[in-house]
Amino acid sequence: MSVLLVADHDNVEFKSANLNTLSAAGQLGDVTVLVAGSNCRAVADAAAAAEGVSKVLLVDAEIYGHALAENMATLIVGLSGDYTHLVAAATASGKNVLPRVAALLDVAQISDITEIETPDTFVRPIYAGNAMATVQSSDSIKVITVRGTAFEAVASEGGGAPIEEISAGADAGLSNFIGQELSKSERPELTSAKVVISGGRGMQNGENFAMLEKVADQLGAAVGASRAAVDAGYVPNDYQVGQTGKVVAPDLYIAVGISGAIQHLAGMKDSKVIVAINKDEEAPIFQVSDYGLVADLFDAIPEFSAELDK
Amino acid sequence: MKVLVAVKRVIDFNVKVRVKSDQSGVETANVKMSMNPFDEIAVEEGIRLKEAGTASEVIAVSMGQKQSQETIRTALAMGADRGILVETDTELQPLAVAKLLAAIIEKESPDLVILGKQAIDDDSNQTGQMLAALTGRAQGTFVSNLELTGDKVKVTREVDAGLETIELAMPAILTVDLRLNEPRYASLPNIMKAKKKQLDTITPEELGVDASPRLTTLKVVEPSGRDAGVIVENAAELVSKLRNEAKVI
Repeated sequence: MSVLLVADHDNVEFKSANLNTLSAAGQLGDVTVLVAGSNCRAVADAAAAAEGVSKVLLVDAEIYGHALAENMATLIVGLSGDYTHLVAAATASGKNVLPRVAALLDVAQISDITEIETPDTFVRPIYAGNAMATVQSSDSIKVITVRGTAFEAVASEGGGAPIEEISAGADAGLSNFIGQELSKSERPELTSAKVVISGGRGMQNGENFAMLEKVADQLGAAVGASRAAVDAGYVPNDYQVGQTGKVVAPDLYIAVGISGAIQHLAGMKDSKVIVAINKDEEAPIFQVSDYGLVADLFDAIPEFSAELDK
Repeated sequence: MKVLVAVKRVIDFNVKVRVKSDQSGVETANVKMSMNPFDEIAVEEGIRLKEAGTASEVIAVSMGQKQSQETIRTALAMGADRGILVETDTELQPLAVAKLLAAIIEKESPDLVILGKQAIDDDSNQTGQMLAALTGRAQGTFVSNLELTGDKVKVTREVDAGLETIELAMPAILTVDLRLNEPRYASLPNIMKAKKKQLDTITPEELGVDASPRLTTLKVVEPSGRDAGVIVENAAELVSKLRNEAKVI
């Protein structure tokens, strides 16, 4: 078995989700990592240093600078002949590119796997994680996205894989990158943070998230949100935790003013310890929380913050 | 400009799904079914393009068993012009759906195809991307804003680090995210009118598409559950438990 892992990166950083995906890929066979980007040598170096990587393929060209699906898919399909499995982290980028690859190869894609039973049989969540399906693929090449929270990350250092430069393909000319608005934060990344504190509709407005940010800084945590808080415009879209947002599984997840709709639980219920702070004692979030505090968050959060300082 | 929207009939988002005791799937008998919420956003966007005078016709397509007609009728009641049902009892997986949509695109030549970014039943998040591949068209996934400019469409995408704007050559395939719009409710008069709108039925065989599944579901089980924990009295007790009992801070 030979696996091609398509790295998720921003030309600078080899995203931590790749390390979890590497651990899944390692269960399938010998792993080659593809780093396609523009001025992305640092990413290839980081990939080569990760544990369990046999080889890194580096394609450095402007047309891959923003991982546009049309150009990425053509490149990956061109390389696919040497592999039994094509995998990527189930991130926005992986989800964008890999189904296009699968369709070009006329094979199914298996999304968001959480377990590998055999090289052709996988477990994946369906219905917002309310059921787990075991599926078997009959296709010659398995195209897979991996749920990072389900696999332990491999070590980011200690490896010494060779880097092979390969040539770029032609620009499909179908899409162009125009610009981006990235949320700037000094805090850890939501999907890899050890502690996450999330706010919901109960926060009432965006300014009140400052209370959570303060606690986040005390705990070295990332800040997340429920869909309701994002839809209401309190915080940007990249804060969203849930079925259709990000899936997190930190050591500690603190849900503040979040009722706990199944769509939100889908994104956080694999956290090791869950804390819920909500003034409604009937809120479904208390059914999954290890520690519940029935209180008005506007009293409870400042108190919690003060206790942390003690 | 012609717009095609794809709509899927799924278990309503408010229903707590139950796994069948024989592990063959989830219980769908006597369960409320609705249009996939992301597809409602796709339909809404199509209709808004028509109301803005940009689109001339909005076609709603669904696939699956006969009951998917209801989902198309919902789209028609919201304001789509006509519907197409690809009727089959075969289990349709994303690749098959993409192939069937590609066959319909061949016939209808829409300038823009809008789909939900994922269906809330299988949570695959694949069909739009696959359709773009099969038709050789540009893809804009997880779209939260779109702007048509001549022969191009500029889309804002929700990505992990924030928002990204890209420009796509038309005709293009778009999959929509939650923040694109707020779908309307169909009014009673429009629900009545929708019953008279054209709804054609076709089969995968007539479209010349092999829709057989590639993945076999071996079993479906309940996820490992979590038990409710304890209720603490105050913030001090909470911090103490997190420090001394859970040892996570």
